[in-house]
Amino acid sequence: MTTEQLHDVRLHVNGSVHEVRVPARRLLSDALRHDCGLTGTHVGCEHGVCGACTVLVDGTPMRSCLMLTVSAVDAEITTVEGLTEDDGSAQGRLSPVQQAFSDCHGLQCGFCTPGFLTTITAGLRETPDPTEDEAREMIAGNLCRCTGYQNIVKSVLRASEITAERERGEA
Amino acid sequence: MTTKMFGAKVARVEDQRFLRGQGRYVDDLLTDDPRLLHSAVLRSPHAHARIVDIDVSDVLDVEGVVAVWTWDDLTGPMAEPLPLLIPHPSLTHGRTQYALAKDEVNYVGEAIAFVVAVDRYVAEDAVARIRVDYEFLKPVVGIAAARAAATAVHDDVPDNVGARMEQENGDARAAIATAPHTLTLDLDVERSACTPMEGRGTVARWDPDTSRLTVWSSTQTSTGVRGCVAAKLGLDLAKVDVVTPDVGGGFGVKINHPWPEELLVPLAAMTLGRPVKFTEDRREHFISSAHERAQQHHVEVGFDDDGRLLGLNVEFWHDHGAYTPYGLIVPIITSTQLLGPYKPANYRVVFESLYTNTVIVTPYRGAGRPQGCFVMERTMDAIAAYLGKDRTEVRATNFIQPDEFPYEHGLVFQDGRELTYDSGDYPASLVKLKELVGWDEFEDFRAEMAAQGRKVGIGLACYVEGTGVGPYEGAHVHVETSGKVKVATGLTTQGQGHQTAFAQIVADTLGVRFEDVEITTGDTRKMPYAVGTFASRAAVMSGSAIHLAALRAKEKALRIAAEALEASEDDLEIADGVVTVRGTDASIDLGTVAVLSNPLRYAFDEASKAATQFSVGDPGKPPVAEDDEPGLEGKDFYSPPRSTFANGMHAVIVETDPDTAEIKILKYAVVHDCGNLINPMIVEGQIHGGVAQGVGGALYERMAYDESGQLLNASFMDFLMPYATEVPTRIDIDHLETPSPLNPLGIKGAGEAGVIPSAAVFAAAIEDAEGFPIMSMPISPSELFDLRLAHADEPHPTEATPGI
Repeated sequence: MTTEQLHDVRLHVNGSVHEVRVPARRLLSDALRHDCGLTGTHVGCEHGVCGACTVLVDGTPMRSCLMLTVSAVDAEITTVEGLTEDDGSAQGRLSPVQQAFSDCHGLQCGFCTPGFLTTITAGLRETPDPTEDEAREMIAGNLCRCTGYQNIVKSVLRASEITAERERGEA
Repeated sequence: MTTKMFGAKVARVEDQRFLRGQGRYVDDLLTDDPRLLHSAVLRSPHAHARIVDIDVSDVLDVEGVVAVWTWDDLTGPMAEPLPLLIPHPSLTHGRTQYALAKDEVNYVGEAIAFVVAVDRYVAEDAVARIRVDYEFLKPVVGIAAARAAATAVHDDVPDNVGARMEQENGDARAAIATAPHTLTLDLDVERSACTPMEGRGTVARWDPDTSRLTVWSSTQTSTGVRGCVAAKLGLDLAKVDVVTPDVGGGFGVKINHPWPEELLVPLAAMTLGRPVKFTEDRREHFISSAHERAQQHHVEVGFDDDGRLLGLNVEFWHDHGAYTPYGLIVPIITSTQLLGPYKPANYRVVFESLYTNTVIVTPYRGAGRPQGCFVMERTMDAIAAYLGKDRTEVRATNFIQPDEFPYEHGLVFQDGRELTYDSGDYPASLVKLKELVGWDEFEDFRAEMAAQGRKVGIGLACYVEGTGVGPYEGAHVHVETSGKVKVATGLTTQGQGHQTAFAQIVADTLGVRFEDVEITTGDTRKMPYAVGTFASRAAVMSGSAIHLAALRAKEKALRIAAEALEASEDDLEIADGVVTVRGTDASIDLGTVAVLSNPLRYAFDEASKAATQFSVGDPGKPPVAEDDEPGLEGKDFYSPPRSTFANGMHAVIVETDPDTAEIKILKYAVVHDCGNLINPMIVEGQIHGGVAQGVGGALYERMAYDESGQLLNASFMDFLMPYATEVPTRIDIDHLETPSPLNPLGIKGAGEAGVIPSAAVFAAAIEDAEGFPIMSMPISPSELFDLRLAHADEPHPTEATPGI
């Protein structure tokens, strides 16, 4: 059997550069998890339906299981590990969306959570002050088997509030 | 005084790591180990076939392939069938599969060959190059085909009946024969599955330096996997550690063990001397893990003018798939738990558990209860319709009353113990539910909607759930010299927030700060004696064990502190990790007590200096007394005589579209009684999730097998799991807290409750909206549309068939 051709790919993830050597077929989700060691991005279905693997590609939510690594060259990728805000601490401060999930019990097993966090982060940039229906619509492409979505919808609304509070310097 | 943590809506400690992407699920482990190998499994594409030949000669040509196994390569216990985990005298024809198929495959997805390679891509390339010659056999798909038995799944079980079991209390058939009124009903439920977001997965590493095997598995029972791995690989138990890392949901499917891969991965790791990982993909989860729910039921019931159950006779047929590794647990639960909060004067149940050429069946959240609840609640609704009575009235007539506890049903439950309910107040729950959903005002609402040309219906369903089954769980509590408290319990966690809820218990019992408590679950190195997480048992079993272990640690702390403070134990109290002589300033930190509990020869820090041999102790006595042990620790086990019984009632208002037959949820109400609540936020989260899963099971999810045994919808594209847009926009919840007398905390389990009444409650509401009986679930808009057409010509829609 012929040796598989490998490609040198420079990925920009969460503000850092990762040089990886991968075959053309390697999924971005696998490259992030196994080549970059960023295991916060989870793979739930590998056919683009569940949304657990959602990352931000140049700010837009994308299913990393439906992208090839070689197609992510030159893109600025944000994974769940890159959502925290720099506050001088080693860990960083939870982003408004992350904090809202903690406040509202928006997660249980945590497996689908990274995809929700990235999706909502982008969604709130577009719709900073969503109604409950808009909040539900924002997460309507992601599957969660634990929470019944009740507290995820609440988390979206709470994240909007926290963002506004932080902008006003209240939190 | 420390704030009481038990009962408070404490934010979860585990969220920090999950929200930052720092959870550690099984596929996240060893990712930076360059020696790690990956695996893929060749699975049968046929539902029923004999294996004539397997040719793996092309596989090792694939660059990056390290090894391949078929059954021929297995030896000793690995070449024997997988264990039958829960034997039962009625399971006369139990069968289990081999880790790799021997001569025959009995479902699409059954493991045939195991390939290990440098990555999963290469391993899958190799799997595609394995050639298998099959001799095709006729597949048996569905309960009707299994009962007809024109073909047998297993040659030596010609009627496809793995088990037949009967229980009776009184004489149901005689009571029905003489009852003033009788009805018969035929009720069906289709297959569904747990489908956690994370599938199965196992990693193993053999350490030649210490001759130890470490297995990480996404399981609901570390100790169960450990026992199986040791037995199958011929290792001493002491050489095997099994650790359950973060688990991305279980819902029952991960209690079955050992999966073939849970044995093949450790075998490969030992054979190859390199760590090996298996991560299941979504299609594999659909076709090679486990399903549940498929049952057909025939009910005969006799009742009086008030709707009182005089005799209930239930026969049902359970589709257990191709093998029976988990025994008869699911149908036994249906057969006992369908009784719900009611007390039929005479009850008989008989079931047959049947082989089919489909994926195995093991418990899925609710575990046979959703079917049982569907059967009983449909029967209640049919009686009410027949007598022209309000559906809540017929139920109230049959309730076990609060003064009748403990209530003995005269049957044997799934744990082999008497089916005896511990506590509950069903009439009070019904009052709450009617108010919450607006039961008495519904006819006005119906009229209002009808005036707009809209069709609505209301339904309710009640259940009782045996939770917290034995045999036991244990806990170990260790107060470190820093004052930090490390707690281990052996059962596993799949998102239930155990690290938070258990820490709440320890904080209260021991008198320490919640932040100082760290809980470890599912690690056999920390707690080798445990059973597992299933049957809504974690809070009851491990919660109670942790409470008892913390009490032991407290007892010891008080004894040592009393000596150090020269006070009586009775005068001491512990709060925020400090032992104080009540009403004085005299105090000692628990960390210092921990130092004093462990007489030392060597000091390792400032605190430990105080415990060295020239600092403490009576030179005339042994440093550790005969009946004592060093260290401030407590260990205990909780083993109850029988299960606790939680209960609840759901009601739903649905609207059915007059044209498209789409089913919309307008209101969903839950009254829930799981005894004392440790953390109401977590309990409500469990209910939310259960309700959503129930909505899926009632309206969307089913396993679409064709007649050749192919699962046609084995993806998230085609298996319709609810998104946020399919679940109720609000779930109104009211709690009743009827403490269990069986454990020190008065708690009952809450994990499965939300899903149990769904099929029943939706069938009732749709029936109420449409005016014809709903006897089969799930129901799709097109099925409802077909039912409308079928009933369109009937002059008077009937709710049930009278008479036997």
